[in-house]
Amino acid sequence: MTPRLRLRGIGKRYGDLAANDDIHLEVAAGEIHAVLGENGAGKSTLMKIIYGVTQPDQGTIEWEGTEVTIASPAQARSLGIGMVFQHFALFETLTVAENIALALDEDLKPAVLAARINEVSHRYGLPIDPERLTHGMSVGERQRVEIVRCLLQSPRLLIMDEPTSVLTPQAVRALFDTLRRLSDEGLSILYISHKLDEIRELCSRATVLRGGRVTGTAAPATETNASLARLMVGGELKECTLTPREPGEVRLQIQSLSLPTDDPFGTRLVDINLSVRSGEIVGIAGVSGNGQKELLAAISGEQPGREPAAIRIDGRDAGTLGPAQRRRLGLRFVPEERLGRGTVPSLSLADNCLLTGEAAGLLRRGVVHRAAARLFARETIREFGVRCDGELSAAQSLSGGNLQKFIVGREIRLAPRVLLVAQPTWGVDVNAALGVRQSLIDLRNAGCAVLVVSEDLDELFSICDRLAVIAHGALTEALPTAQLATETIGLWMTASAPHA
Amino acid sequence: MRSAVFWPLRLEPRARPSRPMRVLSSPLAALAMLLVGFAVLKFLGQDAVAAFRVFFVEPFTSLYGVGELLLKATPLMLCALGLAAGYRANVWNIGAEGQFTLGAIAGSGVALFLGGELGSLTFPAMLLAGVLGGMAWAAIPALLRTLFNTSEIFVSLMLVYIAQLFLSFLVHGPWRDPAGQNFPQSKALDDSVLLQPLIEGTRVNAGILVALGLALLFWWFGSATAAGFRLRVSGLSPLAARYAGFSQRGSIWLAMLLGGGMAGLAGIFEVAGPIGVLQPVISPGYGFAAIIVAFVGRLHPLGIVLASLLMSALYLGGESAQIELQLPASVTGLFQGTLLFFLLAAELFIHFRLRRVRQGDP
Repeated sequence: MTPRLRLRGIGKRYGDLAANDDIHLEVAAGEIHAVLGENGAGKSTLMKIIYGVTQPDQGTIEWEGTEVTIASPAQARSLGIGMVFQHFALFETLTVAENIALALDEDLKPAVLAARINEVSHRYGLPIDPERLTHGMSVGERQRVEIVRCLLQSPRLLIMDEPTSVLTPQAVRALFDTLRRLSDEGLSILYISHKLDEIRELCSRATVLRGGRVTGTAAPATETNASLARLMVGGELKECTLTPREPGEVRLQIQSLSLPTDDPFGTRLVDINLSVRSGEIVGIAGVSGNGQKELLAAISGEQPGREPAAIRIDGRDAGTLGPAQRRRLGLRFVPEERLGRGTVPSLSLADNCLLTGEAAGLLRRGVVHRAAARLFARETIREFGVRCDGELSAAQSLSGGNLQKFIVGREIRLAPRVLLVAQPTWGVDVNAALGVRQSLIDLRNAGCAVLVVSEDLDELFSICDRLAVIAHGALTEALPTAQLATETIGLWMTASAPHA
Repeated sequence: MRSAVFWPLRLEPRARPSRPMRVLSSPLAALAMLLVGFAVLKFLGQDAVAAFRVFFVEPFTSLYGVGELLLKATPLMLCALGLAAGYRANVWNIGAEGQFTLGAIAGSGVALFLGGELGSLTFPAMLLAGVLGGMAWAAIPALLRTLFNTSEIFVSLMLVYIAQLFLSFLVHGPWRDPAGQNFPQSKALDDSVLLQPLIEGTRVNAGILVALGLALLFWWFGSATAAGFRLRVSGLSPLAARYAGFSQRGSIWLAMLLGGGMAGLAGIFEVAGPIGVLQPVISPGYGFAAIIVAFVGRLHPLGIVLASLLMSALYLGGESAQIELQLPASVTGLFQGTLLFFLLAAELFIHFRLRRVRQGDP
């Protein structure tokens, strides 16, 4: 049988870098085919070639037995190729339906379109309201819009780039059911991921990329995580270990914190109570858009409150203080947005150390100590294995994973009493993610209080001593991770709004 | 960023900002301005080469002319240095002309009415009053912005006209020189507070030295101080500034007060220098021209020093063209406007480039 898509010897160079080199790939009709690889392995380039965003330098593409040149995404869509991107380009001031209408190649009456959106979103368990403005939507919600948009075009090949990273376990189940149903209906799916469990469960075949080349193909169901990881990283994958440890005194205490929101799509925080002790990692799970953004800003001081005792850092009232003052009490914060919040994109890594580096003596008596900042940045780069062109390279020139290592490293090297981390390993490759998680564990072992807010449940389970769930702006009690099942957390995550 | 097609060319974003274009954009804009100016003079029926001589060469053939160049560059440099510090923080003070006027009023007021009591302190007190006057005028948009989130662009601009009318009221009314034969001007400032020419036969005074010194100070402020760094970060990335805990209000206040203070200083230097008296009009638009100077100088103190000399040359060339060629006064404004226009166009090419569209390109 002719495969739906066949790539032969695809190559693509950017300057000296071979992003793709002699790649062969076959996807059969109705097959769910995994493309597995670390960040920088060439997955994105390959997908861009298939979706017509870039052209290969070498090799041929066959679509249902005919050789084709895919010159643009529009042509890819007309062939029947759809793609759900990892980063979503939505117009903030438009509704879901309007955004989808803009991306569709056909003209549909608004009423018809809304009905079809409802139908698709209902059928595949992706709840979205077509009338809602995308402004203020969480990343998870935006992804649902993307998936629905693609499905509306009835594609024959669907490319999904890390689709589960923002879903609850139940939603992942539902999505998998959807994908299996779609594949039974004859849709081929290219499933890009680095989550080995998911790939083993869902995909019938996997093509593994490393350094732009195919390092192997496998039937994931018959492989182990370790054998897949070997293909992917070319070595053994280390696991993080969290040795039990008796926590010390309370370092971060949140008491009856309630915060209204100015943002019409923001989430009101309702009576939040939480304490984090020295030497423990507490995790906060939840589907994005349930108050994580607001809670993080309230703790970091970017959105100070009115009640001094609502937030206590290291035994001192901090509820009304700003970020710089809280930093002086020993709080450090790694925000979700690495570019434009955790760093200034156009400034060098050294200059970006000046943002938070007062404690390291980088700013003294109102004067910037550039040499000290360069040294600090250089040591951070070395200590945390940040791949970059030296401490003078601009923050925006680093890959997401490397920039994250740099920010985490910067904050850790500023000797935190309390460390607050949002989405520590979002979009970070496997090895780098391990490195970041291990640094958090080392910090905990050294007696720091660590609070991690993440949508990646596997991650939370692997590094947290205790876990709480945030839903509709309310936080559950934080219970020891060992006593919690993934399903329980999932149920809490989807709990209905409390009557407040 | 998408690319736009202007067949057979296409404008597309660069992978990274172009360094050569960053340096070349201002000289290229100046060159384009000269070409357009040449064409316009030709169109007006002038002998363009001769007119260019009158415009760009003759004013500087004498020592006096060079002195005038430095003299007129002084207020432009002072105003632009303060404005640029604010623009880097995304605080858009375009009312330097008004702050200049208030600085002149406040400083002259001290010299006129407190001169007798302050004695030898009059001169420093006068300069300080000039700075504070400019700051006070800039504080109004800062206050309204931080309290009610009003646009500092409109408030600072509208305050220019209020300042000019206030000056007019003073010199027509309460501050008019009783012995001045009803001319709308104040008493002349006492010689002891006037700036004397640095060089015999010119009018250039110590103001230019102060401006150059301040340019160095602003350079240091922008590159080496925590406050300068905070201003820059709040302009580049407001969320990062908030994350770091840099106060947004603080940035707005600092940016406005720097701009106002420098414009006020420029104002009092102008009265204590070439004018020597308060009169209804004390500036040929230095405060507005300084906005162009700040941008042509790419918001960098060194660039501003050079750009203020260029702008000053345009003023002088315009004057000599009026006198010798009977060209209208607006020819200066024409050159200034074209310069800004081409500068903005050239800046586009720092982040974008033009490419030929080839057949088969998407």
